[in-house]
Amino acid sequence: MILAAPPAHPGFLSPTGVEVAFLLVGLVTLGAAVVSVTTKQLVHAALWLVVALGGLAVEYLLLTAEFIAWVQVLIYVGSVVVLLLFGLMLTRAPIGRSPDADSGNRPVALAVAAAAAAALVWVVWDAFRKSWIDLEGPAQGSTGVTGEILFRHWVLPFEALSVLLLAALVGAIVLSRKKPEGERD
Amino acid sequence: MHLAYPAVLAALLFCVGLYGVLARRNAILVLMSVELMLNAVNLNLVAFDVWLRDALHAGQALTLFTIAIAAAEIGIGLAIVLMVYRNRGTADVDRLRDTAESPETPESPESTAEKAEAAA
Repeated sequence: MILAAPPAHPGFLSPTGVEVAFLLVGLVTLGAAVVSVTTKQLVHAALWLVVALGGLAVEYLLLTAEFIAWVQVLIYVGSVVVLLLFGLMLTRAPIGRSPDADSGNRPVALAVAAAAAAALVWVVWDAFRKSWIDLEGPAQGSTGVTGEILFRHWVLPFEALSVLLLAALVGAIVLSRKKPEGERD
Repeated sequence: MHLAYPAVLAALLFCVGLYGVLARRNAILVLMSVELMLNAVNLNLVAFDVWLRDALHAGQALTLFTIAIAAAEIGIGLAIVLMVYRNRGTADVDRLRDTAESPETPESPESTAEKAEAAA
């Protein structure tokens, strides 16, 4: 008798180790994101954002996209959050609880977000409930693979992006430069 | 791994970011929520790239580009917020109502003429 081939679509009741890890880290990420958008303490929101973005980096690692995970840690956790903290500091955000962190349209926002979540999750679940990601074999996002595709197939967008980054840098400097007295923008 | 896990997680994260954008008052917190939405999209791109085993790895390349554009966006956004804070003394998005239409102020003929001039 031949051994039965493993089914192409294992059920949800027998999760693999990767799936369990993905689920747990996903719950932490989602919880951190929810706290980050609901907390009344502005600085804590930025710190919870670090947890959410770091959790996403772990999710990338679990999906074998190794290079993107480290880019995520470097750029998001390393610089974007620091930039946001500097922004909070420079706009004199209050330390401690600020009761007016949420605007008046909070119920409407909650309704819109809940409706969008219900619709999106329903559609996505219905469409991809039978799809299975095969994570076996060589890693698909290792630094070697990513470097090769980036500089073999995506060179032109890459260079265009570097020009855009330079333009953004110059724009940010021009916008935040202090104007001399008497000159107004 | 089931594709449904990353896809559902990305959808939920996107909606959390959507709530933050709509409900927050401070402009910097709005920018944080925008970052959450962008990250949800990135997770989707990576998951579908790994699922499709794309030879060009378009999903991962696009994720890297999105991350770079998000960095540029946050830099420009914070510069604008800081400029608004310096000029107005506040970074609350619902207090910046200069361009809002208020129903009670009738439009004066002068401003109409100015608008026509600007449009011309």
